[in-house]
Amino acid sequence: MVKTKVKNTIFINGKEVEFSNERNLLEVIQKIGIDVPTFCYRPDLTLYGACRMCVVEIEGRGIQASCTMPPEPGLKIKTNSERVRRVRKVSLELLLSNHDRECTTCERSSDCELQILSNKYDIKDLRFEKLQEKAEIDDSNPSLVRDSNKCILCGACIRACTEVQGKSVLSFSNRGSKTVCAPAYGCKLEDVDCVYCGQCAAVCPTGALSIKSDVDKVFEAINDDSKTVIVQIAPAVRVALGEQFSIPPGENIIGIMAAALRRVGINKVFDTSFSADVTIMEEGTELIGRLKNNERLPLFTSCCPAWVRHAEQNHKNFLNNLSSAKSPQQMFGALAKDVLCKEYKIESKDLVVVSIMPCTAKKAEAVRPEFSKNGVQEVDIVLTTQEVFKLIQSAGVNISNLESEEMDMPFGEYSGAGVIFGASGGVAEAALRTAYEVITGKTLENVNFEEARGLDTLKEFTVDIDGKKIRLAIINTLAEADRVIEKINKGEAHYDVIEVMACPGGCIGGAGQPVSCKDRLIKGNRKDGLYKADAKMKLQKSHENPSVKTLYEKHLGEPNSKKAHHLLHTEYEERDIWNVED
Amino acid sequence: MVATKQGLTSEKQSKLNGILKKYDYKKSNLIAILQQIQEVYRYLPEEALTYVSVKMGLSPASVFGVATFYSQFSLNPKGKFEIKVCDGTACHVRGSMPVFNAIKKKLGLTGEKITTDCLRFSVETVSCLGACGLAPVVMINDKVYPKMTSEAMSIVLDELMKKHV
Repeated sequence: MVKTKVKNTIFINGKEVEFSNERNLLEVIQKIGIDVPTFCYRPDLTLYGACRMCVVEIEGRGIQASCTMPPEPGLKIKTNSERVRRVRKVSLELLLSNHDRECTTCERSSDCELQILSNKYDIKDLRFEKLQEKAEIDDSNPSLVRDSNKCILCGACIRACTEVQGKSVLSFSNRGSKTVCAPAYGCKLEDVDCVYCGQCAAVCPTGALSIKSDVDKVFEAINDDSKTVIVQIAPAVRVALGEQFSIPPGENIIGIMAAALRRVGINKVFDTSFSADVTIMEEGTELIGRLKNNERLPLFTSCCPAWVRHAEQNHKNFLNNLSSAKSPQQMFGALAKDVLCKEYKIESKDLVVVSIMPCTAKKAEAVRPEFSKNGVQEVDIVLTTQEVFKLIQSAGVNISNLESEEMDMPFGEYSGAGVIFGASGGVAEAALRTAYEVITGKTLENVNFEEARGLDTLKEFTVDIDGKKIRLAIINTLAEADRVIEKINKGEAHYDVIEVMACPGGCIGGAGQPVSCKDRLIKGNRKDGLYKADAKMKLQKSHENPSVKTLYEKHLGEPNSKKAHHLLHTEYEERDIWNVED
Repeated sequence: MVATKQGLTSEKQSKLNGILKKYDYKKSNLIAILQQIQEVYRYLPEEALTYVSVKMGLSPASVFGVATFYSQFSLNPKGKFEIKVCDGTACHVRGSMPVFNAIKKKLGLTGEKITTDCLRFSVETVSCLGACGLAPVVMINDKVYPKMTSEAMSIVLDELMKKHV
């Protein structure tokens, strides 16, 4: 008997479509350009099948959720039949019935997936009455707002917190119509072990989890004549902000940002890549010292505030191994309030430092008490990429009329090493470029450490510097950090340097960035944008940055000097949230 | 509400450790572990939930999720005499609610309160106890009281109140 090979095809709306390794029907349907509505499906998280919006009609099998159904040869699917539309509409009506529909005052207004779909499906009238009483909004912490009145129970936040960060701060509690998605015991986020990474908000389809907005604070400062307002722009922001203006992800719009922010009324526009270079001077010197004395290894990077908080909560045995260097954001703030205030001859309270970050945890970092002096914070206001878009829009600045402008000096000069801080592996690569030259005294010809690059959650490699082998682990996501640390604790893994960034892919995947949870490719494009920016620069090593050299000559002396320590280093504290020691 | 910090006595801790050990700290045994804890405390105190979640390597939110999902678990203290009034369809139509209200009135419980201040009695409704032929049914601890009326209930409660006074 001749075996006929089964063709791997399905029929979508009558059209034969081939499939290969797509994990569900939804991906096959999307491949041919049909948009399937969904709230709970997130390509980077596990399949869940909660929202029932992605239903399709399959001949002989009725209505099925396309996100949880694998493709099988010969399936005949309709994606927009009358039955499909009716089921989707009823689901939407039910979701909307208990939803707080005060859209105009919602943080996610206009990019809320529920709002967009309700509009697409032309829902004008709701047959179902609202049953639930209004629940209290949790805005107790500096980074995130949790409003369960807007929750549609898709569970994306729970999956992000569990699968990406290994924390499970959020979970479903209660049952049936009383189900809520909340921290343990109905606590507020600030009372549990949340690290404010915001990955929950990054996957939320509605305004149930959103970024706490500080846009108005910036306008207040701008409109106060006694204040000088400066900004620092983090590396990852420049390759993502464009998305909100329909510019492709990965395109570097730093020059346009500088122009736009000046039109908004910001006095000086600086770059966090500059203080990233300073970070390398401090952290690199620290690393060289520890390698020489073989002490407190592995050295963990300390740039990521979500990772720092997680280490303070869960890995107190390694707090001594964290680099004592402050993050680039805080180094910038400390230097600005010292050096710039002297230069501008103003008091530190009259210099308002605004940072523009891809990150929600940076808001919580800025208010840590150790980062204030005499009641004045080093960094006064933190805006995320999403908020700076609002700032520019709200000020009425149209970026299409703007030409690129240069950054202000001296804190606007930076190396390519500072720019790649925004991608997972960037901090380690920048450190290696400097460490190699400082240790060997030779010029590093090829500055590219390809092994450090990429979106994988764990990258391991060894670098030989002057006969000394340095073992590195590059980690993104806290779930991966926990796995690696467990191996270290068991004695199964050994490293000298460990870079940790909490968000997928590093800061480019931060929760402050434009929403990208439905597109797998965006993070890669942003990453490529940063390495492209680095490759274009003449200056690719932090220690060669002329403004950094001047800073040390005029103000700080040597890296790790007493003055440098005072301004640029910090300490960590144990935060035992669920204290259950015997 | 503030997160529950350590508030367990060493005696309670060793009891919890015993339960955890018995079930090998296994995540798949969580429900059995919670049942045992409830047997000890007559409810699930937050500090006990936090303790077992940390010891089992689960997040407190996940354990709280399980504890609030099943109606067999209570997060409020229960009385020494745990009264369950069946409010399944059969018991409901045969007058379980008047019985329930009579119990609450006799025990002085108003509103959402289900346990008396002396922690001797608690009362709640449950879905079908599976004894529809005996409707309306009330269970007090392990004992079943069939075909209850408000008057009969009053006599039963009087008897119980006399015990251990």
